[in-house]
Amino acid sequence: MNRQVAVIGAGITGMTAAGALSELGIDVILLEKEEHTGGHVKNWDRLFPSRRPAKEVLDFTGKSMATGVDIRCGSAVESIGHNKGIFTIRPVKGEPVNAMSVVLATGYDLFDARKKEEYGYGIYDNVITSAELETIFSEGKKLTTHQGTTPQRIGIIHCVGSRDEKVGNLYCSKVCCVTGVKQAIEIREMLPGCEVFSFYMDLRMYDRNFEELYFEAQQKWGVSFIRGRLSECAENPDHSLVLKTEDTLTGRPLKMTVDMMILLVGFVPSPETVRIARMLGLSSGPDGFLLPADEHFHDNTTTIPGLFLAGAVKGPACIVNSMADARATAMQVKSYLNGEMLK
Amino acid sequence: MAKNFGYKILPGESIDFDRNDKLIARYLVEHEPSINLCIGCGSCTATCSTGHFTDFNIRRMHTFILRGETKHIKKEIQKCMFCGKCQLVCPRGVNLRNVILTINRAIEHLG
Repeated sequence: MNRQVAVIGAGITGMTAAGALSELGIDVILLEKEEHTGGHVKNWDRLFPSRRPAKEVLDFTGKSMATGVDIRCGSAVESIGHNKGIFTIRPVKGEPVNAMSVVLATGYDLFDARKKEEYGYGIYDNVITSAELETIFSEGKKLTTHQGTTPQRIGIIHCVGSRDEKVGNLYCSKVCCVTGVKQAIEIREMLPGCEVFSFYMDLRMYDRNFEELYFEAQQKWGVSFIRGRLSECAENPDHSLVLKTEDTLTGRPLKMTVDMMILLVGFVPSPETVRIARMLGLSSGPDGFLLPADEHFHDNTTTIPGLFLAGAVKGPACIVNSMADARATAMQVKSYLNGEMLK
Repeated sequence: MAKNFGYKILPGESIDFDRNDKLIARYLVEHEPSINLCIGCGSCTATCSTGHFTDFNIRRMHTFILRGETKHIKKEIQKCMFCGKCQLVCPRGVNLRNVILTINRAIEHLG
């Protein structure tokens, strides 16, 4: 089947790009390996910093695609190649797709917290990830320990799998800091009797209204912030956890018992991103994320004419930035199809 | 009585970076440059076997050295047991055992 553009990956980036392309009057097919569109965002309850329901963003983006995007779920890319400006994609099901342009929006995966064995994820009952906490929120469940009790004290651990040469990820995942602050507020909101302590190295409140959310967490919700990176964690016989860190601001080692620990897991390139990039011979940076043709001037294009990169394939990005990048990509694709690419 | 009378000059307690002797700091940075990668997260100190029982704080100690505050270093550094746990947890890959060895060597060479 012939299409003008194929977008690979129906997370928020791919959906936004496909919707924008369709609104520009371009014939677009959206391929998704999962059975549903929405990517990581569909697992999220509310979004930082405004705490808007994630569903609102997905619904809006879904509507933008309603006018004519050919959405194919359950269609992982088996192979992709290009010849004389035509891309041929073979999905695992359905007929092959020929397209004049491809937008790669296969995004990221969350860091596998089991790799930080000293944090006890997958070993101790009451260590969960930020994504799992979000699932609890979005299912409307009450937050309890694995044993069913109401937690009295929770530790939130920043930079799990990010800024850590021991796991090979030197980069900052950008969004975890503010996610931690948002989730700290939401825990306090749900369980007013539960103390929340955030353990951090630096708090990177880089975007609009992030710092204000941090301020609110302290002023309105009484969240405590301890400047020290978690060194190790051990489990007590009652399944509570002992955290060991340095309270660097007093200069002394600190032990603290918590009922639950939330690990703010960072970004890693998704296996699909790595696999498809390999098939196309795209280059990636030392962090494993894909490199655009130029970081300033051609940040959506690649060395292959007609092949575009959008969103978190290029590194950690929040939803707002991913959507903006997707819209920028759509404009670039339109220019390319019109033969008007900027040099 | 007389000795309590009048005025005296208190020595400054702030770090006087301009005046401090940074010889040991320079030696350390030159021989174990990974020390420059420290972001002060405190993982080393949290896991330190010695720091569990004494007031030894490896992060604070080497930060003091880099600022040229070396008054108590000679005694402090003897507390380290070289277990190497600090190095295992460091997210920046600082070679902390060699940091200690290098500080020892610097004290030996530079006094």
